[in-house]
Amino acid sequence: MASEVNTDFLNNKKLDSIAADILKPVGISQGFIIWMGFLGISLMGCIYAYYIQWDKGLIVTGLRDYISWGMYIANFVFFVATSLVGMLISSVLGLIGFKWVKPIARIAEIIAVAFAAIAGLVIVSDMGRPERLPYVFLHGRIQSPIIWDVTVVTTYLAISTLLYFLPLIPDLAIAKGRIGHTPKWLQKTYEILSVNWKHTPEQYAILLKAMRILLILIIPTAFAIHTVTSWLFAVTLRPGWDSSIFGPYFLVGAFVAGSAAVVIMMYFVRTNYKLDKYLTTHHFDMMGKLLVLVSIVYLYFNINEYLVPAFKMKTADAVHLTDLFVGEYAWMFWSVQLLGLIIPIILLLFRFFRKPFAMFVISTVVLIASWFKRFLIVVPTQDHPFLPIQHVPKAWMVYQPTIVETAITFGTILLAVIIITILVKFFPVIPIWEMAEEHHESDHTTQE
Amino acid sequence: MSHNSHGHDQNSPKEENVNSRRAFFKNFGLFGAVAATGGAAIYSGYNYEKSKPGSNFVRVLTADNHIIEVPKDQFKDATVDLNQLQKQGREGLKGHRFVMVIDLAKCRNARKCISACQGAHHLRPHEYHINTLVMQESEHTAPYFMPKPCQHCDNPPCVAVCPVDATFKRQDGIVLIDNERCIGCRFCIAACPYSARLFHWEEPLMAESDKGKPYNIELNVPQRKGTISKCLFSSDRLREGKLPYCVSACPNGVYYFGDENQDAVTNGTTKETFRLSELLRVNAGYQLMPELGTKPRVYYLPAKNRLFEFKDDKDPVKETI
Repeated sequence: MASEVNTDFLNNKKLDSIAADILKPVGISQGFIIWMGFLGISLMGCIYAYYIQWDKGLIVTGLRDYISWGMYIANFVFFVATSLVGMLISSVLGLIGFKWVKPIARIAEIIAVAFAAIAGLVIVSDMGRPERLPYVFLHGRIQSPIIWDVTVVTTYLAISTLLYFLPLIPDLAIAKGRIGHTPKWLQKTYEILSVNWKHTPEQYAILLKAMRILLILIIPTAFAIHTVTSWLFAVTLRPGWDSSIFGPYFLVGAFVAGSAAVVIMMYFVRTNYKLDKYLTTHHFDMMGKLLVLVSIVYLYFNINEYLVPAFKMKTADAVHLTDLFVGEYAWMFWSVQLLGLIIPIILLLFRFFRKPFAMFVISTVVLIASWFKRFLIVVPTQDHPFLPIQHVPKAWMVYQPTIVETAITFGTILLAVIIITILVKFFPVIPIWEMAEEHHESDHTTQE
Repeated sequence: MSHNSHGHDQNSPKEENVNSRRAFFKNFGLFGAVAATGGAAIYSGYNYEKSKPGSNFVRVLTADNHIIEVPKDQFKDATVDLNQLQKQGREGLKGHRFVMVIDLAKCRNARKCISACQGAHHLRPHEYHINTLVMQESEHTAPYFMPKPCQHCDNPPCVAVCPVDATFKRQDGIVLIDNERCIGCRFCIAACPYSARLFHWEEPLMAESDKGKPYNIELNVPQRKGTISKCLFSSDRLREGKLPYCVSACPNGVYYFGDENQDAVTNGTTKETFRLSELLRVNAGYQLMPELGTKPRVYYLPAKNRLFEFKDDKDPVKETI
């Protein structure tokens, strides 16, 4: 990010056309109403499923004493993982100075905000006594990794929200007078949220400074949230979780899931809002390269995580690994490794597959696989505790997710999609002022 | 908390088994009586009535070791309230370090310990504070029965991970769970290598009949939906100076229970008392998975020289479900 903004771009004719392009899809359309209606009705069903769980207890899930963490925890890890991409794109790549991330940065932040916000809800869905959530703050024990997780996830959500909102302020000011086609209340909202932005160089200087601080702050925070999330497992003594590489292993896995999510959203925005001028094939190509890079690093961690214990085959590890490689979970394990990791790596090495539609398909498969990957990290380990599972009903020995549980999990995903839809539909999804500034700069360089 | 001062001056358990056992129980009995008579109600009655002469007085011992006279008509039922139960339950019994020894050579899988425990704690047949497992180390070694309560570790992984201080370690070595506090995150289940904990996935067995009872943290009754439950070493019985439910119920002399500080354990079936160190030394006692560093307070004596045939014919759950 440049250290200084030349506000001349405000007088540039380009700004008008950029603003017009980006602000055109903003507002309530028929498609939006149908889509939200669909999401809302589906969500009702999921909320009803949660009501059943609230009423009857966690007995309505497939969880029992031995496999007591299941879909919900896997889903929580998935949500935290996906949200990390906000940090990767805007912060790491942005600070290094990659210009191509500019139009994508806001999309990445939207994903970060939506997934981090819902992650907290997901964890509540797993609680036996959700009404006691305040106890975490009232009686929190600093020694427990859960408290660390709560602390860093809320911090990450706060910083991500600011990283989404701050660069939006100039856009909201620019949008004034250009969004006549939207409802009155939305115009009023823009008025309030733009906090009297006047586009003065001083304001931009403050904005850039604030952004820079936040972009640096969010790096350790993001590392912390997923490392701590991995410690929820790694601090236990169980074979399969008792691993010292869980922190970086989770972190890189998070970048895979998050990059895939960004590509999916880029594709939707590009095709539905006709913003292919801003989200070009070049951007997809670059995202493809990013995805293949993080996937290769993730593959490296997977090899470490599975090959080293598999070489030794310690008794308890052997049971766990046999279950994954050739046992009950083998079909899921190999599907996830192949479809979610190895095949995407091979395909994305070729430019041909780094085109928008191919990228969209590959990313969708990768994102789904990364959900199941979390499931494979969370569940099979609990199948084989140190001491045998005996004298309990058959249902206690295997984990079979129920419909209620699946519906609640699905509901959390719907909620994230609803947040994303609202942010995308009601606010400019691509930073107008940064696009205009960039064009302005490039115009200058060509003239000179 | 005066009872502990008597704890150390008793005779050697080996020489005078019966006496030491009495002393061992008396210590708890005294505390039980003190707790039951209660403090506050008696004091207020005493202050009000002390000026009046009368014959209707009763002598009682207060918590701080004074004998006082209290008029009979001032007596109230010493109904312990939740706060008192929580306070004493979290503090534990001062001066003790409770310890259990399980003699695997004697376990025939009678499962009386399990039913006694489930009866006391209002649990279903498949909800275990203690469970007897069939163990076999490897293909050519003999199978044996292993009762498995909570190991009440001195370095408890469950306590370390609890986010809200719902599960905690007491000064007497017992690990308890407070279901008034538990948020039901089940991190402790994930952390426990002994699978010693259970979760109330549905309304507990006696939720209806236990409604309204003050929660006794040392009995974990009423059990509560959405919270953890676990073996408590029957700390309610220890407070009364009695042996745990499982220990007393065993017909085969499997369990020894006692106090590490007194180096004495009493067999629940024969009521004989032994030196703990001697018992462990002579029989080559061991702990479960000591390599994990959990430092269990439960010791096992190996399943050698068994005088009965190994028969695995009981599965109560198969029978009921």
